[in-house]
Amino acid sequence: MTTIRVLAGTRKGAFILTSDGKRNKWSVSGPHFAGWEIYHLKGSPADPDRIYASQTSDWFGQIIQRSGDGGKTWEQPASPNGQGGQDQSASAPGEPADGPASPKAESNKFVYDTSEKTGRPLTTHQWYDGTQHPWEFKRVWHLEPSLDDPDTVYAGVEDAALFRSTDGGKSWHELAGLRGHESGPLWQPGAGGMCLHTILLDRGNPDRIFTAISAAGSFRSEDAGRTWQPINRGLSSQYIPDPTAEVGHCVHCIAMHASRPNVLYMQKHWDVMRSDDGGNSWHEVSGDLPSDFGFPIGVHAHEPETIYVVPIKSDSEHYPPEGKLRVYRSRTGGNEWESLTKGLPQKDCYVNVLRDAMSVDALDPCGIYFGTTGGQVYGSADGGDSWKPIVRDLPAVLSVEAQILS
Amino acid sequence: MIRVVLPQALRTLAKVDGEVQLDVEGPVTRRSILDALEARYPMLNGAIRDHETRKRRPLVRFFACEEDLTHDPDDAPLPEAVATGKEPFLIIGAIAGG
Repeated sequence: MTTIRVLAGTRKGAFILTSDGKRNKWSVSGPHFAGWEIYHLKGSPADPDRIYASQTSDWFGQIIQRSGDGGKTWEQPASPNGQGGQDQSASAPGEPADGPASPKAESNKFVYDTSEKTGRPLTTHQWYDGTQHPWEFKRVWHLEPSLDDPDTVYAGVEDAALFRSTDGGKSWHELAGLRGHESGPLWQPGAGGMCLHTILLDRGNPDRIFTAISAAGSFRSEDAGRTWQPINRGLSSQYIPDPTAEVGHCVHCIAMHASRPNVLYMQKHWDVMRSDDGGNSWHEVSGDLPSDFGFPIGVHAHEPETIYVVPIKSDSEHYPPEGKLRVYRSRTGGNEWESLTKGLPQKDCYVNVLRDAMSVDALDPCGIYFGTTGGQVYGSADGGDSWKPIVRDLPAVLSVEAQILS
Repeated sequence: MIRVVLPQALRTLAKVDGEVQLDVEGPVTRRSILDALEARYPMLNGAIRDHETRKRRPLVRFFACEEDLTHDPDDAPLPEAVATGKEPFLIIGAIAGG
């Protein structure tokens, strides 16, 4: 029997939404990690029950959580009740069992690489006042498990950098060539911080990785993350002194279909963009959208030319135009868009949909899910033609990821 | 025996209920208490003090005996009542953000 699992990260915990293949009735578990911000959860394509979660707090820092049973139980990969440490299961509260030396929460440790050997990483970036500012780790925005190895996972962090773990999240090492790119001193934080929020892996070419950073732009590696090049030609951003500069663009999200890794779709701060050459050049496909500002962009699981965005009124409002929550679908890879409204509130709706808060499943018809800052998670089981709230009153939703389990 | 009160978020993280009791060798200071706490509950490494610099995280504060000791030196002796276990050492998540 097919099961759909939707992983929702929120401002105050994680929730797991589960349904059968009809996607009509849902059960909700959570909050997991109550009270903590869960920026992102994602399951391994190679082992869907292996889920990684970024648990974070302005007060108490970054925690990496991992589940091996689809989110029923969780562990910190390098802490005593995780693999390789002590087993606390038989201990009374407050009395951890004696055991081997503890590895000191290494799984929560993200240390920028400063070695000469691995990329001569830069130590400063552009700050709001135009001065240079040291890189300071704040949180993990996005976790991207490897396509074929459950123990390998990438982390996009703030301040922008890419880390990789090859031991199931127990330890993390920076792929320092990205931050060490010569353009690094020109990167600067957007309103949400200077974050690396998008990581795309190419199923046909394991050496190829795409990332996106606010506000630096998009980058591509052809050597498994060792070296990187900016891929922002064709972007135009009026909020930087040179609108067509190589870096400085506030890219909000990039998406691609696994079958066509040279075709990339981008939701930028303003403008929906498309590349047909792996990011070497971009052209605008905003077309007849009511606003080309937004955060997420998604691609249909079976139709590589069918894409989805949620237009938002901005710069500062960050809510749907006219108070109508509308997903827009293009079946032509952009330019021609149709509004999808059935089941979505069409008056007095002033929520936002954040960049990691949209996901598709691979059933037929394709399922689409998105979460709002008002705490709703909406789902469509018919490619976007109609929508229903799966759950309505969660904390503000930061991320949504759909999984299919057979 | 030193008594330590953790904020709820860290009690959950450490999987403890109520106060934590610690044996601290040598002078009872903030540093020696936190060293003992993190040795016993390694998952708290990085949550109170930065992993690398060992500096207090900005929104964490330390109270004891109705005093805010946050800005005292790491190695300053703590009040006798904390050292004897009469009063707890409180680790607080600062009120911030409304």
